[in-house]
Amino acid sequence: MKAETATAKQSQDLLQVEELNIHFPTDHGMLKAVNGVSFNVYRGKTLGIVGESGCGKSITGKAIIGIQPKTSAISGSIKLGDVDLVKLKRNGREIRAIRGSKIAMIFQEPMAAFSPLYTIGNQIMESILLHRTKNKKEAAMLTVDILQRVGISNPEKRFHQYPHEFSGGMMQRAMIAMALSCEPELLIADEPTTALDVTIQAQVLDLMKQLQREFGMAIVFITHDLGIVAEMCDEVAVMYLGKIVEQATVREIYKNPKHPYTRGLLRSIPTIGSRKERLESIEGTVPIPINMPPMCGFFDRCQDRIPGVCDKREVPETQLSDNHRVSCFLYADTDNETEILS
Amino acid sequence: MSSYIVRRLIMMIPVVILISIIVFFIIQLPPGDFISGYAAKMTTSGEVMDEAALKLLRESYGLDQAWYVQYGKWIWGMISKGDFGYSLNYNRPVSSIIGQYMSLTLVVSIISMLFTYAVSIPIGIFSAVRQYSIADYIFTAFGFIGMATPNFLMAIILMYLSYVYVGDPMLGLFSPEFIDAAWTYAKFVDFFKHMIIPVIVIGLGSTAELIRVMRAQMLDEMDKPYMLTARSKGLSERRIIMKYPVRAAINPIVSTLGWSLTAVFTGSTITAIVLNLPLQGPVMYRALLSQDMYLAGTWLLFMAVCIVLGTLISDILLVWLDPRIRMRKGM
Repeated sequence: MKAETATAKQSQDLLQVEELNIHFPTDHGMLKAVNGVSFNVYRGKTLGIVGESGCGKSITGKAIIGIQPKTSAISGSIKLGDVDLVKLKRNGREIRAIRGSKIAMIFQEPMAAFSPLYTIGNQIMESILLHRTKNKKEAAMLTVDILQRVGISNPEKRFHQYPHEFSGGMMQRAMIAMALSCEPELLIADEPTTALDVTIQAQVLDLMKQLQREFGMAIVFITHDLGIVAEMCDEVAVMYLGKIVEQATVREIYKNPKHPYTRGLLRSIPTIGSRKERLESIEGTVPIPINMPPMCGFFDRCQDRIPGVCDKREVPETQLSDNHRVSCFLYADTDNETEILS
Repeated sequence: MSSYIVRRLIMMIPVVILISIIVFFIIQLPPGDFISGYAAKMTTSGEVMDEAALKLLRESYGLDQAWYVQYGKWIWGMISKGDFGYSLNYNRPVSSIIGQYMSLTLVVSIISMLFTYAVSIPIGIFSAVRQYSIADYIFTAFGFIGMATPNFLMAIILMYLSYVYVGDPMLGLFSPEFIDAAWTYAKFVDFFKHMIIPVIVIGLGSTAELIRVMRAQMLDEMDKPYMLTARSKGLSERRIIMKYPVRAAINPIVSTLGWSLTAVFTGSTITAIVLNLPLQGPVMYRALLSQDMYLAGTWLLFMAVCIVLGTLISDILLVWLDPRIRMRKGM
C-alpha cells in the first residue's frame, strides 16, 4: 500500500518515491538503513521528514540525487517525471545533469559543506557554469544576483571572500544561494538549521519560505525538530528505523497523531506553562536494523504494544484517510489481526 | 605579502647565527682534532711525529685556541672576505671544494625530488580514489618494499641489472671519457643515463613514503562534507577530485618541501658512496671522520641555511595555497 493520492493531486506530482530500500552489507548481515519507504513530493509543497538520528531520513534525502554512500545497495524507484533516478548510473552524465539544476540540496554544516580553499563566488558559480551558461562573466553576475536574493549584503565583495570570512548564518545563506542558483524544482534540505543558533535559525527558515514562494520549488525538509516542521511543512512523514511509520498533513499530525512513536515525539516537545518538572522522553534506544525478525521496530519502546501481535510479523500500513497513513497494529484491519491470533 | 617575506628573511639571521654556533661547537666536541688524527695516520705508516711538531702544526692552523675564538675567526672570514676556511684534508680552501661538488649535488637532489613528486602524487591520488582496488594493493605493496629496502642494496641491485642488460653498471655520473670534457649534447645524454639509477635509488624511499602520505590525505579529504556538496552540484567525479581534495591534500606535502630537500642531500650519502657519485655526501662523511672542521662546519651551515630557506619557501607556498593561512597572517 503506497501513498494513494487523489487524482487531482496527481498532476502536481513532482517526485514519486516507491518502495525505496537502501541496505548496507556488513559483517553481521544486511543493515537496512532505509526499508521500503514510499512518498510523493508535490510541486511547490514542502514535505517534512522527521525522525531521530539514524532513522534513515538523511540518507533518503541523499539517495534522491544519488549521493548515498558507495557501499550501499539501493533498490525501489525514485521517479522524477518519467525518469527513474535509481536506475541511472551512479555519478553518470544523466544524474549529474539533474543534480544542481532540477534537484538541489543543502546540508547541515554550512562551514564544512564549502571547501575552505576557494572563494564563495567560485563555489556558487560552479553550478551556474555547469547548468546555465558557459560565459564566466554572466555566471559571475548571476552569482552576485543570487547572493543578493538570499539577503547577503554587499554581494560583490562577498563573492570574493572565503568561507572563513563568513559567519555560520551567512554561510547557510550562501549555501541556499548555491542550491537555488539554477532554480531547481526540488530542494532537499538536510537539517539546514541544526547547526545554527535559534535567532539565525528563524531567519534562515523565513528566507527559505520566502524563496520557495518566489521560485515555486518543492522542498523535502529533513529534520529532527518538530517545531520547525510545524512552521515549514505542508506534509510530514515520520520515520523510524528505516520506515515511514506515519504520514499526514501537518495539521493532522499535530491534532491527531496516531502512531505511538509520533505521539511520543510530540510529547517530548517542551511547552511553556506545563507543570511537568521533567520533559517526557521515549524510553529505550533504537535497535540496530540488522537481521531484524519480522516485527514492529518500535516494539521494545512502545507504551501501547500488544505482545504476541506486534512482535510476530511485519506491520501493515493502514490508510486512515486521504492524507493520513500509519503503520501500526493498533489501526490494522481486524481481518489481519484475527489471522494472526488464529 | 612582500613585507611578510622580508620579515621572515630578517628573522632568518639570528636563527642561522645560532645554528652556526651550535654546529661549530658540536664539531669540536669529540676528543682530539684534525692534527691528532693526522698524527695517528702518520704513526700507522711508520713516521713518528714528536709533540713539538704537533704543537707547531696546531699553532699554525690556530687549533690551539679555544673553540669560540676559532669560531669567531671562521665567521669573521666568512663575512669579511667570503672565506669559509681551509680544508686540512684536501689542502684547499673550503669554497673551492664546495664549488666543485655543489652544482652536481643540487642537480641530482632536485631531479630526485622532482622524480619523487612526479611519481608519488599521482599514485597517491589514484590509490585513494580506487581504495582497496587491486592496483591500490599493488602500489601499497611496492611502496612498503620501497620503504623497507636499504638504499645501498637497491643501488647494488640496479647496478647489477644495468650491467647484465646494458653492459655498463653506470657507476659515477659520467662515463670516463666525459668526466673532464666540456658540456656537449653527448655528455648530456651520458649524464642523463647515469642519473637514472641514482635518482631511482635516492628517490625511492621518499617516493614510497609520500605515496602513503598523499593517499591518507586524500582519503581524509574525500570524506569531508564538501565532497557531497560538490557532487550535489552535478560536477563530474574527476573534476571534483582534482579541484577539491587534491588541492587540499597537497598542503602537507608542500609544508615538508623545505626539509625534504635537505633530507635528499644527506640521505644520498651511502648511495653516493656505493655508486661512486661525485656528490657532497661522501665528502662530508670524510670531513666528519677526520675532523676537518671548517669543511664539515661549512657543509652543516650550508645545510642549515637550506632548511631555513626551504621552510620559508614552503611557508610562502602554503600562504599562496591556503586562504586561511593568508587570513591569519593578516595579508
